[in-house]
Amino acid sequence: MIGIQHYLVVSAILFVIGVFGIFLNRKNVIIILMAIELILLSVNLNFVAFSAFLHDLVGQVFAMFVLTVAAGEAAIGLAILVIYFRGRGSIAVDDINRMKG
Amino acid sequence: MAIKLIVFLPLLAAIIAGFGNRMIGNVAAKAVTTGALFLSCALSWPIFLGFLGGTMEPGVVPVLDFIHSGVLHVDWALRVDTLTAVMLVVVTSVSSLVHLYSWGYMAEDPSQPRFFAYLSLFTFAMLMLVTADSLVQMFFGWEGVGLASYLLIGFWYHKPSANAAAIKAFVVNRVGDFGFSLGIFGTFLVFGTVSIPAILEAAPGMAGSTIGFLGGRFDTMTVLCLLLFIGAMGKSAQLGLHTWLPDAMEGPTPVSALIHAATMVTAGVFMVCRLSPMFETSITAMHVVTYVGAATALFAATVGTTQTDIKRVIAYSTCSQLGYMFFAAGVGAYGAAMFHLFTHAFFKALLFLGAGSVIHAMHHEQDMRYYGGLRKHIPITFWVMTIGTLAITGVGIYWLHAGFAGFHSKDAILEAAFANGSNSAQVAFAVGVFAAFLTSFYSWRLVFLTFFGTPRWAGSEHIQHAAHGDHGHHDDASDEGSHDALHDHVHGDGHGHHHGPVTGTLGYHPHESPLTMLIPLLLLSIGAIFAGYVFTNAFIGVEDGVGFWKGSIAFNEHLMHAMHEVPLWVKLSATFAMISGLALAWWAYIKNTSIPARFTATFHGLYLFLLNKWYFDELYNLIFIRPSLAIGRFFWKRGDEGTIDRFGPNGVAALVAETGAVARKIQSGYLYTYALVMLLGLAAAASWVMVR
Repeated sequence: MIGIQHYLVVSAILFVIGVFGIFLNRKNVIIILMAIELILLSVNLNFVAFSAFLHDLVGQVFAMFVLTVAAGEAAIGLAILVIYFRGRGSIAVDDINRMKG
Repeated sequence: MAIKLIVFLPLLAAIIAGFGNRMIGNVAAKAVTTGALFLSCALSWPIFLGFLGGTMEPGVVPVLDFIHSGVLHVDWALRVDTLTAVMLVVVTSVSSLVHLYSWGYMAEDPSQPRFFAYLSLFTFAMLMLVTADSLVQMFFGWEGVGLASYLLIGFWYHKPSANAAAIKAFVVNRVGDFGFSLGIFGTFLVFGTVSIPAILEAAPGMAGSTIGFLGGRFDTMTVLCLLLFIGAMGKSAQLGLHTWLPDAMEGPTPVSALIHAATMVTAGVFMVCRLSPMFETSITAMHVVTYVGAATALFAATVGTTQTDIKRVIAYSTCSQLGYMFFAAGVGAYGAAMFHLFTHAFFKALLFLGAGSVIHAMHHEQDMRYYGGLRKHIPITFWVMTIGTLAITGVGIYWLHAGFAGFHSKDAILEAAFANGSNSAQVAFAVGVFAAFLTSFYSWRLVFLTFFGTPRWAGSEHIQHAAHGDHGHHDDASDEGSHDALHDHVHGDGHGHHHGPVTGTLGYHPHESPLTMLIPLLLLSIGAIFAGYVFTNAFIGVEDGVGFWKGSIAFNEHLMHAMHEVPLWVKLSATFAMISGLALAWWAYIKNTSIPARFTATFHGLYLFLLNKWYFDELYNLIFIRPSLAIGRFFWKRGDEGTIDRFGPNGVAALVAETGAVARKIQSGYLYTYALVMLLGLAAAASWVMVR
C-alpha cells in the first residue's frame, strides 16, 4: 500500500535535488530555471498528496495556480536570459557576478 | 552741541568716504573727510581757548543710553573739561593737517578713499577716547584707535611686512588691553561704577584697603592702577610692550605722524592723567610708572642712535618722549606730562611729515645711509625738519624763558623729577638728562645724514630705479657706480662707511613736495616754535595751572612750586645735554665722518646690542613665540590629530571602512552563494519557528 509518506519522501527528494541544482550548478542559468521548476513540482506533489489524503480540493486548486505561475515564471526567466545573452554573450553562472561588492 | 559735532563729524565723513567712495569718487571722498576734520578742528580751538581764558566750565553732554544692567550703568556721554580740550585740539589739529598732507603724499595711491576713511575713523575713535566719561567708553575709543591703527599699518596689505607689522601691533596691544580690561573689571568690583568722576571721587577713600588678587592680598589701589597702567604701556609703547611701534612704520608716513607719534600712542599718558587722582593714592604705582617711563626713555634713545631707517629713528624718538611723559606723570607732574604731550604732538608730527616729504622726494627711499646733501634740493623740508629738531632737542635760552616747544616741556619734566626728590624720581632725572643728550645726538644725526654732506643716493635701489626710469641711456661711469652701490647695499652694515661711502646722485633730482604737503608742515612748524612758549604758564604755572586745569588732573601746586625753585644747574642740565649731543653729532657726522665706523668697530658688541634693539624681539621670540608655537604644534599634532581625530572622526571612519572591507568579501556576486545563504537562513528561521 502506498501511503502519504511515500509521496512526501519523493517530494522531499525532488525538493532537495532542486535546491542543490540551484547552488551546486556552475554552468548554466537555464539549469537554475529547471531546478526552480523541480522545486515547484515537488511542492505541487505535496499539495496534491495532502489534498487526496485529507479529501480537500483546495490543495489541488492551489496546485493548478502553482502550475500557472510556474509557466509564467519560466517564460519571463527565459526572456530575461535571451536579453542577457544578447547583452553579455554568455549565460554561464560563473560569469554572472556583477553584484559583487 | 559743538562737542557732538566735533566728535561725530569725522565718523560721518568716514562712513561717507568709506562706504560711498564708488559713488562719489576720489576727490569728493578726500574733500568730505578733510573738510569734516577742519570743521571739527575749527570747533575745537574755541573750546580750548575758552578754558585757557577761563570762560569755559567743565561739563558732560549725554548722547545715548548704553548699558543698564543691575548696578552697572554705562551711558554714551561726552565729557568736556580742560584735559579733554587739550586733547581735542591736539587730535583735531594734527589730524586735519595730516588729512591735508595726505592729498599730496597719497596722490598716486589707488585706494585713497579707503585711506581717508580710515584716517577719519581713527580720529572719531580717538575723540571718543578723550571725551570718555566712563571707563567703558574710554575702552571703546581705546579699541577703536587700535582697530584703525591695525587697518592703517596694514594699509598696503599687498606687502607681507606690512601685514605682519599690523598683526604684531594688534597682538601686542591685546596684551596691554587685557591689563586694561582687568583694571576696568577690578574698578567696577571695588567701586561699583565705571563712571570716571565717581571713581576719582571715591578713590582716596579706598587707599590702604586690600584686595585678593592672584592668590595674595595686595593694596587695592596699587593693583587697580598697575592693571590700568599695563593698558597704558601697551598703547603708549612703553618698555616691554614697545616692540610693535617701530614695526608700525610699515604704514604710510601720514599714519605714522598722526597715530604713532601725535595722538594714539599718547592715549596711555592721557589715561594716566585722566585717572591721576586714582594714581595719587598709590605710591607704589607711581614709582612703577616713573621707572617704566625712565627705562623707556633711555632704551628708546639708545636704540635711536643706531637705526638707519629715517622713520624708525623718529619712531624710537617717539617711544623715548613717551617715556618722558610717563615719568613726568609718575613724579606727580601731570601738568608737565600733558604739556609735553601737547608740544610733542606738534614737533613730532612735524618731524614725521617732514620725513615723509624727504621720502617723497627720494622716491620712497627710507634709509638715511643713502641720503645726504638734500639741503639745497628740498630747502623748505630742510627748514621745517630743522625747526622740528630744534623743538625736540629742546633748544632755548633759560634766562629769556624762551625757546622752542620742547625746551619748555622737557625742562619742566626734568625739573619736576628733580624737585620730587624720591628715589625713583632721582633716577628718572638722571636718566632723563642722559636721554636728552641722546635725543639731541640722534635727532641731529638724522638731520646731518639727511641734509648735509655729499649725496650718497647712488647706493639706493629706489633711486637707481627712478634714475633708470628717468634716463633711458647711461654712460659707463654711472653704471659702474650703481654696481658698486649694490655691492654696498648688500654688505654694508651700520653706516656704510666700512666699504667707503658710495657717493653720487645718479643724475637724480629730488623735487620739493607739493603745496598740500608743505602747508601742514609750515603750520606745524608754527606749533613747534610757539606751543611751548605761549602755553607754559597755563599748563605748569603755579597759579595759572590751577585755574586752567580746574581739577581735571591731580594738579600738585606744591610740586609745581618746588619745580621753579630747583638749582640753576638742574635747569641748565637739559640745555647742556642738548648742546653736547649736537656737538657730538656735528663732530661725528660732519667734521670727521670716519668716527662712527671706528666707534662701531671698537665697541662692536655694544653697537650690535643697540642695532638689534636690545634684542627684545629675539628675546620675545625665545620666551613667548617659540614656546607658544611649540604648544600650538603639540596640541595640533598630538592633541588634535593624534588623539581627537585619531579616536574620534577618523577612528570611526576607519572602523566603518574596515568592517565594510570584511563585509564586502561576503558579497561574491554569484547567484548560487546568495541562494545558499537564503536557503540556510530560511531553514534556520523555519527550524526556529518549529522548535519554539
